[in-house]
Amino acid sequence: MLNEQLKLNQKIFDKDVEMKPTRDGYGEGLVILGEENQNVVVLSADLTESTRAEGFAKKFPERFFEIGVAEQNMATIAAGLGISGKIPFISSYAVFSPGRNYEQIRTTIAYNDSNVKIAGAHAGISVGPDGATHQATEDMAIMRVIPNMKVICPCDSIETRKAIIAAGKMWGPVYVRFGREKSPIITTNETPFIPGKAEILWNPPIDGKKADVAIIGCGMLLYNALIAAKELEKENIGTVVINSHTLKPLDEKTILATVDKTKAVVTVEEHQVAGGLGSAIAELLAKKLPAPIEFIGMQNTFGESGKPNELIQKYSMDVESIKNAVRKVLKRKR
Amino acid sequence: MSELHDKKIEYLEVTANRIRELIIDTLLEAGSGHSAGPLGMADIFTALYFHVLNHNPKKPQWLDRDRVVLSNGHICPVQYVTLALAGYFPVEELKTLRKLNTRLQGHPHRGALPGVETTSGPLGSGLSQAIGMALAAKLDKKKYRIYCIASDGEHDEGNFWEAVMFAGKNKLNNLTLIVDRNNIQIDGYTEDIMPLEPFREKYEAFRWNVLTIDGHNIRDFVDAINEAKAIYEKPTVVIAHTIPGKGVSFMEGDYVWHGKPPNKEEAKKALSELRTLGRRIESEHQ
Repeated sequence: MLNEQLKLNQKIFDKDVEMKPTRDGYGEGLVILGEENQNVVVLSADLTESTRAEGFAKKFPERFFEIGVAEQNMATIAAGLGISGKIPFISSYAVFSPGRNYEQIRTTIAYNDSNVKIAGAHAGISVGPDGATHQATEDMAIMRVIPNMKVICPCDSIETRKAIIAAGKMWGPVYVRFGREKSPIITTNETPFIPGKAEILWNPPIDGKKADVAIIGCGMLLYNALIAAKELEKENIGTVVINSHTLKPLDEKTILATVDKTKAVVTVEEHQVAGGLGSAIAELLAKKLPAPIEFIGMQNTFGESGKPNELIQKYSMDVESIKNAVRKVLKRKR
Repeated sequence: MSELHDKKIEYLEVTANRIRELIIDTLLEAGSGHSAGPLGMADIFTALYFHVLNHNPKKPQWLDRDRVVLSNGHICPVQYVTLALAGYFPVEELKTLRKLNTRLQGHPHRGALPGVETTSGPLGSGLSQAIGMALAAKLDKKKYRIYCIASDGEHDEGNFWEAVMFAGKNKLNNLTLIVDRNNIQIDGYTEDIMPLEPFREKYEAFRWNVLTIDGHNIRDFVDAINEAKAIYEKPTVVIAHTIPGKGVSFMEGDYVWHGKPPNKEEAKKALSELRTLGRRIESEHQ
């Protein structure tokens, strides 16, 4: 059952659940931050409308910089702004930023300890018809390995808004990724969001009992994880669903406490299974609490054109695939 | 900036020569690093830190200071020696260059050493960081100026031209770029590796004010910096023609010396030549 304490969207399992693109939360968060703090500035690489930086650009034109199609320049200009007292947000698609400008981010933002926030839109394969060139499935991996960098992947537009505001208020480089498509609203304005603090969205019927498998995910696929959890209950399989929105720093405490009960894990992310959330969980558990894991995500392949739901199904990130992974990992339990 | 009278020029030339000697000492001690670029830029670094800049070595974080962004971080020996002589840190510490636990990293790192404004080394990304600082100064209505030093070879990087376009479009008149036009890079001469000429015209096409000078003539350099301050509608690039390895006969103009330090014998010979040069500077001004 849904964790009541989190005040999640009560209509989440309804057919007409409210849908909104996570990138909308980026735009809303920027405007709120811009009003609160004069030092917040926004840079865009010719994708102002589609990344939703547009609201900020219209409201604070003097603090908005159009860089043109030049993501490396955007990252390095932001580095200079960030070490001069500004709080720059750089906006593009995740394949280009942090994709194309990786070294600039590594050296001039992260190693330089410049207070820059990187917003990667259109992440994952749910970008859809644009095809694999525009589907970032490696971005969290390349950001997670950089010292000084924090990585956040929110689950819906409300959480994205909160993540952006939180990123603007914390010191240092942060990467926040979000998607293109409308996705179900999982949280509400009242749901707590603390960077680095994972939240348990779903518990088995009687807390602590029948906790057979932990499903640890991030991003909008958490919706599929919740549907899977609900359906698995009918098969008498109890799951705990964790929203691990912050990949780095990982909330080790919450994850270890849960896996200590379940002894089995399924990770869920719209990203390569190498280097992302699944890897982060595997690294943690290998060190402190070894347990079998099944990894939902891109299995060392690129995506392709198609409708978002078709792609999610073809690349085995749909509800059925999550359920199968849960059943499979159950069998591997000792 | 004070007046640049003859006595001051002599002082600056003597200081530049002292900096060259210390560069040789420092590279010999380090056992690795770049020789040609640092020697070639000694005059300009001297003019900047001992005459041009509005700065205070005792308060390296002073908010209104002029900023120097060294884009071609590999020539940091000249910056380190200049910073030390200017009083940012003890000259003695130069001996630690490139050694474990040093503040003098092989390429400059912000926060490691007072006076280093940003981390650099990977080429082509200094100008855009300087642009970020120039934008911040304008937002904050601050008068400080940003000086970016870049190499000619690093113009091969796409990121560099992205920055050139942006600064021209945005009329960043608080930004002055100084290009060390020494015509060498690691694999050979710039015009063989990837020709930059017509160089001046490229910058003009991107809406920059372009000044070309002899990078070893301190008066020319200071005049160019003053002119740049008076230009309101454009950023200025000072293309400074320099001789790589300047002051050491067997290093001058030879790209082989781009990325290696002198050995003991070579250092001895270099120092002897530089001492002779120092005496000549003094006699010329008498």
